[in-house]
Amino acid sequence: MIAFDLVQAALVALSINKLRTGLTVLGIVIGVGAVIALMAAGQGAEQGVTKEVRGLGSNLLVIEPTETQQGGPIRMTASTLTTQDADAIGDTQSFPYVGGVIGQFKLDLESQVVGNGRNTTATMTATQPDFEYVRSYKVAAGRFLSDDDMRRKTTNVVLGAKVAEDLFDTPEDAVGKDVRLSFGPFSLSLSVIGIMEERGASGSGTDDTQILVPLTTFLARVPFGRSATGASNVQQIIVKVTEGDKLEQTKEDIQQLLYERHDSKEDFTVKTQSDLLSTANKVSRTLTILLGAIAGISLVVGGIGIMNIMLVSVTERTREIGIRKAVGASRGDILMQFIIEAVIVTLAGGAIGVLAGVVAARIANGQDFGTGSPVTTVITPWSIFAAFGVSVVTGLFFGIYPAFRASRLDPIEALRAE
Amino acid sequence: MIRLRGIIKVYRAGDVLVPALQGIDLDIERGEFLAIVGPSGSGKSTLMHILGCLDRPTRGTYELEGYDVHRMSDVQLARVRSRRIGFVFQSFNLLPRLPAIMQVELPLTYRRSRNRRQLAMRALAQVGVLDRAHHRPTQLSGGQQQRVAIARALVTNPALILADEPTGALDTKSTADLMETFVRLNSERGITIVLVTHESEVAAYTRRVVQMRDGRIVSDAPPESIRVPTLAQPEHEEGVPA
Repeated sequence: MIAFDLVQAALVALSINKLRTGLTVLGIVIGVGAVIALMAAGQGAEQGVTKEVRGLGSNLLVIEPTETQQGGPIRMTASTLTTQDADAIGDTQSFPYVGGVIGQFKLDLESQVVGNGRNTTATMTATQPDFEYVRSYKVAAGRFLSDDDMRRKTTNVVLGAKVAEDLFDTPEDAVGKDVRLSFGPFSLSLSVIGIMEERGASGSGTDDTQILVPLTTFLARVPFGRSATGASNVQQIIVKVTEGDKLEQTKEDIQQLLYERHDSKEDFTVKTQSDLLSTANKVSRTLTILLGAIAGISLVVGGIGIMNIMLVSVTERTREIGIRKAVGASRGDILMQFIIEAVIVTLAGGAIGVLAGVVAARIANGQDFGTGSPVTTVITPWSIFAAFGVSVVTGLFFGIYPAFRASRLDPIEALRAE
Repeated sequence: MIRLRGIIKVYRAGDVLVPALQGIDLDIERGEFLAIVGPSGSGKSTLMHILGCLDRPTRGTYELEGYDVHRMSDVQLARVRSRRIGFVFQSFNLLPRLPAIMQVELPLTYRRSRNRRQLAMRALAQVGVLDRAHHRPTQLSGGQQQRVAIARALVTNPALILADEPTGALDTKSTADLMETFVRLNSERGITIVLVTHESEVAAYTRRVVQMRDGRIVSDAPPESIRVPTLAQPEHEEGVPA
C-alpha cells in the first residue's frame, strides 16, 4: 500500500479510541521524558565536576591522603599529610619546577557568617599565602593572607566575592570590618582584610562563596586539626608546577619524596588534573548510566503498554482484518498497517516526551529541592536522539508481534468474528 | 472461466474431521449469473470461500481463468482476490467510520492503483449511491450500505463477483432493488456473478441455480425448472414456479 494510505488508515484506527491511544502515548511520553530529564541531570553532574576540577587552575598537582580517619565533633577527615610535607615540597632546591605549594583544609559543611548586621552562608577554607598564585585567583580589594598572618596566627580573613556582596554594599566597604564565623560548636571572630575577585562560571563552583582563613590559625583554634603526634595536618596539598611538560616528572619526584617522608608507606595520592577528571568522570558517568537505565525501564514499560494495547486492538478488529483481506490485502499489507500504528504511537509519544523531558530538565536546572546544593541539568543532543530513537525501536519491537498475529489471521475465521 | 474438479474440503473440529465438500465438479462460464442454494450445512459457504480464494480445497483442482488456484500460496491468493474477485457479504462488512468513498477505494489501495478517487466515484455511480459518497456506514440504510459494498466489489473491475447472502439483511424493497442492480451489472457489463442464498425469489433473478446438499451438488438447472425444497418459508413459495 502507498505510505500515505497506510498512515491515514493508522490515524483513523487510532482516532477510534482516543482515550486508549492517549494513554498508550502517555506511557511513551513518560519513558522518553524520564530518559531525557535524568540523562540531563547526570550530564549536569558530570559537567559540574569537570568545571570544578578545571576551575582550580592549570598545571596543578593535588595530593590527598588515602588513609583518613573521622575525628572531632565535626565530621571531618583527619589526614596523614602535614604542613611539613607541604614545606618540603616547596623546597626549590630539590623541586626546581614547583612554583608554589599550599596545604589546606576545606570544611565540607556550610558555615554561618554574620557581619554588618546581615548574615549569609559560606564554606571555610584554611589555606596558605601561595593560594593566590597556585589558584591563579587574585584579591579585588584589600590584600591576601600573608606569611605574617601565618606566623602570628591572626584572625584575618579574606572573603569570596559573593560573601562580601551579601554582607556589605561594596568590596571596599568590607575591608577592615569584623565578621563572625560559626560552624558546628565553633565560633570565630575575624577581621576582613581582603575580598577576592569574582570568579563566576570560570571558577570551581564554590569559589565565590568561600571565606579564606590562615591555616595556622585554623589548626591552633580547632583541636581536631592536630594529629596525635602533634604534627599539623592538612587535608590537601596543591602544588603549582611552573612548566606544563614537567608535570609528570614533578609528580613522580613528589611521590618519591613523600614515600620516604612517610616511612615507606604509600598513604597518599598525587594526582594531576587529568587524573582527577578521569576519576570524577568515571563516577559521574556511572551515575548517568544508572539514571538512564532506570529511565530506560520506564520506556520499556511504555513499550509493553503498546504491545498490550495492540494485542487488544488486533482481537477487537479481527473482522476488519478479515474484510481487508477479502478485498485484497496481503499479509504484508496488514503487517505494515499495524506496525505503522505502533510506530505512530511511539513517534507521537517520543516527540511529546522529548518536549516534556527538555521542559522538566529546564525547570529542574538550578533548583536545589531543599538540599542546599542546586542541581545542574545539561541537555545534550545525543540524549534526545537516543531517547527518540529508542522509543521508535521500542514501538517497532513491541508492535511487530501483534502485527504479525494480525497478518496471520485466517480471512474466513476473521470474517466470522463478531 | 471457472473449472472445479473433485473438490473435497475437510475441516478439523477438535479431534473430529468434518467433511464440508465431498467431490464438487463445477464449470462456470464468463458472464454467467448463478445462484448456489442449499440448506445450512450443505457446504455452500465453504464452496463460496474456495471460489473466492479465501480458502484452499483439501483435494481437487480449481482453475480460475487458466490459473491453478489450488496450488497457490497465501500471498498469491491475496493477489488473485485483489485482481479478479469482488466480494459482497450478508452483513455488508463495511469498515466502521470510513466514508463510502474510502470504502470503495480500499481494494484499489491494495492494488496500488492510481486514479482511485475517480474509479471509486464511477463505481458508486454505477450502483446509484454517488450522492452518499461522503456518508459513513452508520448514516446509510441497509440497502445503501449493500450498494456501497457492491461498488467496492465492482471497483477493481473483477472477473467474478461473489455474493454471500447479499440480501439476507435487507427488506423486500431493498432486496428487489439490489437484485435489479446485480442483473444490470451482469447483463450490461458481462460481469460473472455467483451468489449464495436461500431465498427463492432471489435465486429467481439468476439464470442458473446450483443446489447443494451434504457437500454435494444435487441439481444444476435454470431457476424456472427447479423446485427448491429448502426454501421453506411459505410466504416465499409463490416466487418459485412449481
